[in-house]
Amino acid sequence: MTETIDLKALWQESGVQSVLDSLDAELVGLKPVKQRIREIASLLVVDRVRRDLQLEAGSPSLHMSFTGNPGTGKTTVAMRMAELLHKLGYSRKGHLVAVTRDDLVGQYIGHTAPKTKEVLKKAMGGVLFIDEAYYLYKPENERDYGQEAIEILLQVMENQRDDLVVILAGYKDRMDTFFKSNPGMSSRIAHHIDFPDYKDEELVQIGQLILKGWNYKLSPKATQVFEQYIHLRRSQPHFANARSVRNALDRARLRQAHRLLETDGGIDKDALQTIEPSDILQSRVMANGDPVTSAP
Amino acid sequence: MITTSNQRLTQGQFSFLPELTDAQITRQIEYALKNSWAVGVEYTDDPHPRNTYWEMYGNPMFDLKDPAGILLEINNCRKTFPNHYIRVTAFDATRGVESPTMSYIVNRPKSEPGFALIRQEVDGRNIRYTIHSYATDKPEGERY
Repeated sequence: MTETIDLKALWQESGVQSVLDSLDAELVGLKPVKQRIREIASLLVVDRVRRDLQLEAGSPSLHMSFTGNPGTGKTTVAMRMAELLHKLGYSRKGHLVAVTRDDLVGQYIGHTAPKTKEVLKKAMGGVLFIDEAYYLYKPENERDYGQEAIEILLQVMENQRDDLVVILAGYKDRMDTFFKSNPGMSSRIAHHIDFPDYKDEELVQIGQLILKGWNYKLSPKATQVFEQYIHLRRSQPHFANARSVRNALDRARLRQAHRLLETDGGIDKDALQTIEPSDILQSRVMANGDPVTSAP
Repeated sequence: MITTSNQRLTQGQFSFLPELTDAQITRQIEYALKNSWAVGVEYTDDPHPRNTYWEMYGNPMFDLKDPAGILLEINNCRKTFPNHYIRVTAFDATRGVESPTMSYIVNRPKSEPGFALIRQEVDGRNIRYTIHSYATDKPEGERY
């Protein structure tokens, strides 16, 4: 047993790198998340080598919990995770089934179990993503059917680890309460990954990525205004990180279209894809606080 | 031919072969899913060949991607009805086709008594023949 194994080559061969690269390219920031995913991928590659050499270690538990504020990319990462696990051969089909409480919990006695099982069956061979998982458990109502769904979920998570990976997602504080009241759930999840909030400059980058996808761009002046916009928007209620950025850009598009129609004379291709400062400055966010005076 | 010489019921696919293993069943389901057919699990304790409509176990399974979910249902059904006939069917819902495309038995009672040949004398010296399953002499649920 002295022959050596080229792990790097195996890593390349598995096609994991391309998924991780696209993760790096398309998701701004999220350092700890990417680090953790890289670690999981490494474990899976090494595990596969070990298995080839009859160093059985039992299949690793891959259930995960993603916690973080709204708009921090939990769903996007979950989708990538499914792809990654598929490439590594830990998920046979690599599809993602995204559900919420409504899809799992029934409305009357005896309705929950078949409903939950049906969802579980659909997710088999792939990844089951339960968004806002803490809604499953409602302590204020002891007859709530959510508990039943949790029990079925736990059973499948334990017994059919090879068939299904479960990812729970939700806001940090509420997920913590959820896990505290369901210790069985917490202990069956090996990877608790916390998604940090984006910094202002990361949000600008995200905005630019989104615009690029739509074939738009910010003029240099508009970029500055947009930075101010994000700074102001953060202090307002219902700030949802990347989602807020996306919505803001959606509205900027509307204003741009309106402005273009008002313009006299012809417009060129460049004007059609450029967002100018005025498109952002008209926003309610900017009106509430004068960007110059309210900046700290 | 309703049964083989040892009274083994022969209906659907693979019925002259030894029992399918779970791995083989999985491969068959995989094939059905690949063709996007809806797979269902059905059971009965009336083995008469004209008994076309068996009871469906659970709900029909649409939109499944992986055989593991169906195998889970098959095993649940086997646990609930260990002494019934259980078959897996695949249904092609394509417009214009809309018919079952696969059907094979995955569970059967431990002992299968087989069928009796019944003769009925009719007009003149004519005889009509029919078959009768010994198992169906007993009421439903107590047959095997």
